[in-house]
Amino acid sequence: MNTVTVALHALAHARAGDKGNRSNISVIAYRPESFPFLLEQVTEARVLEVFAHKGARACRRYVLPKLHAMNFVIDDALEGGVNASLCLDGHGKSFSFLLLGDIEVMVPASCLPK
Amino acid sequence: MTKVFIGCGAGFAGDRFDAAVPVVRTLATRPGERFLIYEVLAERTLAIAQKLRREDPEAGYSPFLDLYLPLVLRDCAKQGIRIVTNMGAANPVGAARRVQGLARELGIAGLRVAALTGDNLLDTMSADEVRDQPVIEGLGLGDRPIVAANAYLGADSVAAALATGAQVVLVGRTTDAALSLGPLLHVHGWDAGQLDLLAQGTACGHLLECGAQVTGAYFADPGFKDVPDLANVGFPIAEVARDGELILTKAANTGGQVSRATVIEQLLYEVHDPFNYLTPDVVLDMGEIEVEDLGADRVRVSGARGKAPPSTLKATVSMDAGWLGEGEISYAGPNALARAELAAQAVRERCRVIGVKEQVRVEVLGTFALFDSNAARRRARVHRPAEGEYRVRAAVRSSERRVAQQVSDEVLSLYCSGPAGGAGVRQHVTPQIGTASILVDRKRVQPQITLLEHR
Repeated sequence: MNTVTVALHALAHARAGDKGNRSNISVIAYRPESFPFLLEQVTEARVLEVFAHKGARACRRYVLPKLHAMNFVIDDALEGGVNASLCLDGHGKSFSFLLLGDIEVMVPASCLPK
Repeated sequence: MTKVFIGCGAGFAGDRFDAAVPVVRTLATRPGERFLIYEVLAERTLAIAQKLRREDPEAGYSPFLDLYLPLVLRDCAKQGIRIVTNMGAANPVGAARRVQGLARELGIAGLRVAALTGDNLLDTMSADEVRDQPVIEGLGLGDRPIVAANAYLGADSVAAALATGAQVVLVGRTTDAALSLGPLLHVHGWDAGQLDLLAQGTACGHLLECGAQVTGAYFADPGFKDVPDLANVGFPIAEVARDGELILTKAANTGGQVSRATVIEQLLYEVHDPFNYLTPDVVLDMGEIEVEDLGADRVRVSGARGKAPPSTLKATVSMDAGWLGEGEISYAGPNALARAELAAQAVRERCRVIGVKEQVRVEVLGTFALFDSNAARRRARVHRPAEGEYRVRAAVRSSERRVAQQVSDEVLSLYCSGPAGGAGVRQHVTPQIGTASILVDRKRVQPQITLLEHR
C-alpha cells in the first residue's frame, strides 16, 4: 500500500472554541476513508502533547462516527482563559490550526482529498 | 403543515449591521411563520451593559440596537416577520421602549413589543447569596465586587413572550439556542416532554446562534476549503417542520455556502461533551445526528436525541478584573528580527527597572507568538528569517490602571529610545471583566414579561 505522511491539515478541518480555561477543538475528516486512520493516530495523548507548553493538563476525545468527526476537550489550555491570559489569542481560536499543523498522520495516498 | 423559518441577523455584538437585510428579503418570500433572531450578548457585553444601567436607568440595553433594527423594523412589521433578540441585555424593558420609539420615528403603527426579564439574579438575591452558590467554571468569586449575575432563561420563557402576540421580543440573558427554540415551541406547540423535538430545536438554535459561522464564514481556508464570495456571505435561515425536520440554508442572492462541512464545524463549536450538551430546556445528545447535503446550499440535520434537563439553572457572574495594558511596535526589512528581539529585551528590562511586579508578556509577533505560552516554550522550534516584518507586543494585567498604562508606555517610548526603525506603535489600556459560572435553583428565578403597546 502506498502510504504518505502528511500534516493533519491535508486530511481534516477543525474549529476551536473556549469556555473558561478549557478549549474544545473539533477535527473533521474531509473524506470518510481517512477517518479510521485519524481515529487511530490522532489520540488524546498526542493532542495533549501539542498543548503541553500552554500548561494543558488533560485531554478528552469524543468520537462522532456519523459525522466523521472528533471533538477534543483540553483542560487548562488557555493560560487562564480570555479573562486572565496575556496571549494575543486568549480564546485559543487559532488552536485549530496549531493542531492541524503540528500533528502528522500516516495514511494511504488514496485518502488525500482530490 | 406549517413550517417555521428562522433567520439569523447577527452572531455577536458587532457582527455586520446590514447582514439581516437579505435575510428579511428571503423570509418575506417564505410561506409560514417567520422569525428573525439576533444574538449579541456575550458575558462581558452584559456586564458592561449592567454598568451603563447603573449610571443611567434608561440605558443598559445593547447600544447596537439602534444600528441593527432601523434597517429591518419596517419590513419585518409589514411582512409579519417577528424579531427575537437579546439586545435587551441589562435592560430589556428599556430596550422595548426604545423599539417603540424607533417604530414612531419610522411611522410604524401599532407595534407590540415584549420584554422578558427575571434573569438578573441581583434583583432577587444579595451579592453574598450569589457568592454562596456553587461555582462550576471560571474564576473563584472571592470578594471581588460583583458587576452582574444573570441566569440563563430557557426557551419556555421566550415562547411565553411570543404568546403575548408581540412582534418584537427583547430578552436579556437566555441561552442562545432559546432564541430559536422559543419560536419553535410557540408555533409547533412542542411540550416539555417531547425531548427529541426539543433536542432538534436546540441543535437548530445552536447552528444559528453564531450567524455566518454556519454559512461558510470562519471556515474559508483557500485551496482547502474554498468559499464563494465570502465578502458577501449570506446569513443562515433554518426551516423547521412540526415533526422536527430541520433544513439549514441561507439568504438568497448572497455569498458563502451551506454544506455538510460548514454545518458540522458549527455543530461542534464551543461544545464539550457532544453527548450531553446541557441547556435549561433539554440535554442534547448529538451522537446520532446526521448531516446530509441536499445541494443548492441546503443541508438536512436529523437525529438529535434529548434527555431530561438538569434541575438547576446556570448563571454567569461577572466581576471587575482590573486592567489589561498592551503596546505594540513593528520592525521591517534587513535584520528586522534582531531589532525586534532587542526591543523586546529592552521592554522586559525596563519593566524590571520601573518596578512592575506583575507578570509581563513580551513577544515578537511573526514568530508564531500566537501559538506560544508566556514562557515562550515553542518559539525555539520555529524557523524565523532574519529579514522580514516583525511586531513586538507587550501585555500585562494589573488591578491598577497605572501599571497597565506604564507597561504600554514602555513600548511607546521605543519610538525614540529603542532599536533603529521602530514604527507603528499602538496602545490599548482596557478595563477587564472576569466571569464565573454558578448553579442556581430554578425556584430562585422568576421570568416576567412586560408588553408595550403603541397606541
